[in-house]
Amino acid sequence: MKHRYLPMTEQDQKDMLETIGVSSIDELFSDIPEKVRFKGEYQIKPAKSETSLLKELGRLAAKNINAQDYASFLGAGVYDHYRPIIVDHVISRSEFYTAYTPYQPEISQGELQAIFEFQTMICELTGMELANSSMYDGGTSLAEAGTLAAGHTRRKKLLVSATVHNESRAVVKSYADGQYIDVVTIPHTNGVTDIDKLKEMIDDETAAVLVQYPNFYGQVEDLQVISDIAHEHGALSIVSANPLALGLLTPPGALGADITVGDAQPFGIAESFGGPHCGYFAVSKKLMRKVPGRLVGETNDDQGRRGYVLTLQAREQHIRRDKATSNICSNQALNALAASVAMTALGKEGIKEIAYQNIAKTAYAKQAFEKAGFEVKFGPAHFNELVVNCKSPIKDVNKRLLEQGIIGGYDLSLVDESLANHALIAVTEQRTKEEIDAYVQELEAIHA
Amino acid sequence: MHKDNQSLIFELSKPGRIGYSLPELDVPEVDVSSILSQGVIRTEDAELPEVSELDIMRHYTALSNRNHGVDTGFYPLGSCTMKYNPKINEAVARFPGFARVHPLQDESTVQGALEVVYDLQQHLAEITGMPQVTLQPAAGAHGEWTALMMIRAFHEANGDTQRTKVLVPDSAHGTNPASATVAGFDTVTVKSNEKGLVDLEDLKLKVGPDTAALMLTNPNTLGLFEEDILEMAAVVHGVGGKLYYDGANLNAVMSKARPGDMGFDAVHLNLHKTFTGPHGGGGPGSGPVGVTDELAAFMPKPVVQKVDDRFVLNYDVPQSIGRVKPYYGNFGIYLRAYTYIRSMGPDGLKAVTEYAVLNANYMMRRLEPYFDLPYTQHCKHEFVLSGRRQKKLGARTLDMAKRLLDFGYHPPTIYFPLNVEEAIMIEPTETESKETLDNFIEAMIQIAKEVEENPEIVQEAPHTTVIGRLDETKAARKPVLRYIKEQSPVEETVQ
Repeated sequence: MKHRYLPMTEQDQKDMLETIGVSSIDELFSDIPEKVRFKGEYQIKPAKSETSLLKELGRLAAKNINAQDYASFLGAGVYDHYRPIIVDHVISRSEFYTAYTPYQPEISQGELQAIFEFQTMICELTGMELANSSMYDGGTSLAEAGTLAAGHTRRKKLLVSATVHNESRAVVKSYADGQYIDVVTIPHTNGVTDIDKLKEMIDDETAAVLVQYPNFYGQVEDLQVISDIAHEHGALSIVSANPLALGLLTPPGALGADITVGDAQPFGIAESFGGPHCGYFAVSKKLMRKVPGRLVGETNDDQGRRGYVLTLQAREQHIRRDKATSNICSNQALNALAASVAMTALGKEGIKEIAYQNIAKTAYAKQAFEKAGFEVKFGPAHFNELVVNCKSPIKDVNKRLLEQGIIGGYDLSLVDESLANHALIAVTEQRTKEEIDAYVQELEAIHA
Repeated sequence: MHKDNQSLIFELSKPGRIGYSLPELDVPEVDVSSILSQGVIRTEDAELPEVSELDIMRHYTALSNRNHGVDTGFYPLGSCTMKYNPKINEAVARFPGFARVHPLQDESTVQGALEVVYDLQQHLAEITGMPQVTLQPAAGAHGEWTALMMIRAFHEANGDTQRTKVLVPDSAHGTNPASATVAGFDTVTVKSNEKGLVDLEDLKLKVGPDTAALMLTNPNTLGLFEEDILEMAAVVHGVGGKLYYDGANLNAVMSKARPGDMGFDAVHLNLHKTFTGPHGGGGPGSGPVGVTDELAAFMPKPVVQKVDDRFVLNYDVPQSIGRVKPYYGNFGIYLRAYTYIRSMGPDGLKAVTEYAVLNANYMMRRLEPYFDLPYTQHCKHEFVLSGRRQKKLGARTLDMAKRLLDFGYHPPTIYFPLNVEEAIMIEPTETESKETLDNFIEAMIQIAKEVEENPEIVQEAPHTTVIGRLDETKAARKPVLRYIKEQSPVEETVQ
């Protein structure tokens, strides 16, 4: 068998079998009982050459509408943002992407230091005291925050706002089920968490209150009030925050959050049909020894040279085994690196400007939709998403928009029957005035 | 600061420099305070670096030079399957028609992506011998937990609520017991016998009406095939439990034995191991789960199916355990795995396993005279040596691992599995040439000799790396987990 990934020659094979003292490769598999031995050949597609496979997969890719060829107004947790060209250059360096977890620090200082910088940047944006090296995504990160809170408070109930992304809420529920924790939904009023209902629902069995910032409807929640209510009852305040919005929004750490989680996808990470993205997990110092996943810490060698290591590993599954409070092992290291490069490129000024541009473009879009007679629900505290009454089923509207080169907003009837004909429209800095106007014009044309 | 310190990006920062190019603002300026209330408008800047584009490239290039990957050199890290990461995978994952597709687009606009999902499910079903596959779990541990939640849901649906225990061999990966715990089970450890295999008698003692499942890695973490697998399956099934396959070691048995044919009810795979993910410095991974038809009703939703010639997302799965991850898993990673499988074909995958096992046995036999080999039968894709002979001479396994760094190698996995003293776990993979293996073997032999003749050189290793052994105790006792500008903790430590 000759293949470009397999350097074994016939001579190699002969020499190696001789050294081992067997006459065939089959002998090495003699420990597999006859009854379970697979004797045929996998019934899968035959191998393809590089050229023809590229062609075939290129044809499959071409069947998908994508945000490079279309103007995308679809957000709802995954966004089309500015991706500095250098991000892909850095993560394409194979010293990074072909490495394993940095368990041997002497030859993994690059990865370890990059993660240490990632942890620092996440702390800066969220206002939290420490952050881990990444989680799978924002949804599972929120779910782990919930189970952490239940373990920490020894309580078995989570209150989750209805304004948290529905898929994240579903993941929170699955993780909570695993540990017999109840999840109760706090209703929303006018697109934000209903504070009066929260006050009624919270009790001394509540481990944490989970909200999103900005929330699923693009609204900015009053975190301080929510955190205060949580703390009055001995519960933790958990916030899932869009880190890009934190360029302009007060960090959750300054508004009482005990745990801030989210997804760093807005920083240089492609949509990729939903993954891989990059969860982050940041906490106040008192929770340091309960953080799931890997942490990188600074130290030095015997000559006083600064270096970085994986630390506080007594928390982790490979040490704690069945006493572990999280089973996470692989994380999203390469995407944390991508996010670090994007955060670095944006820098202190760019992060403010990009967040501001999102607000400005969204404000323009709001005014344009309203002027054309399409109601924008909720508000006024919009970050980069609007709930717009398009006055027709969104599926039909989006079909028309597609013909104009536009990927329309998210059909909210899929998650809330009362929001039939409403779309959640994301307007990032990537959308031009022209594209926004075209969206509005097409809506007008549909109703002309 | 020590002169050899690698600068942090924050230390390169200088006010006035930028590294971005945002689109021109083509809409009117707004007064943010008219949109947001005062309390939520940030007043203190996030201290992100202020650097130019070249500063950034030089910084990360310098960091990459301080990192060892498979493309840098041999990486025989046992249990991790550090094989070559094909470049076509990277190219395909970057096609705009895959990378720039939003997960919430209408089904009709993502038929190509869904076809990849569906076809990969079919391929993995055939490879594992499990009829149904979900690609939703993000990594191996996530897959373990997903499958255990399905097994729990299955038992609960049968009114079998007393099944609270998951059995795990003492040689298992740490994620196994941890996954069992976070899936709400208690863990019971099953002993290994003198051959390094699960002790069938101990298993029989420990199963019962409270058994939910047995989690098994086959070949196990010693690289040995569990020959009694059919008896074990009969024992566990006999009491109504389920059999779970940890697919971390699938590279050892492709085309040789399928978990489904061995009697397993659920399987997870690590696509970043066997199917060239890549590892990315610790992730992202992808941990699909395959199950029997009996367990399929409990799969995470949505389930990707083919109806006539359309690919659909089916949310109508009434007994589903729910979502384990937003959207449909780490698409970008399993797309790479799909590309790999299609590059190899059935013959290629069979050769992968054969050469991986041949390489491992060759290395094992050549190293056997110099190190203790606790289990002497043929291994599969990896084997475990013990450094106890060298330990008596004053050099621990950790020291030998550090010495290997001086030869330009990433060391094997050490101190795992836990049931071998001073363990050295070596997995060469099939993508390494005989010359590479021979050179590594020579280095190991030389180190064994050094331990006998000049142990200091081993005890004090590494000598050639950019940094020496780091003070891990200090890192854990006084954790410094982020950079702080004002009072850099480094100043305190460097005299």
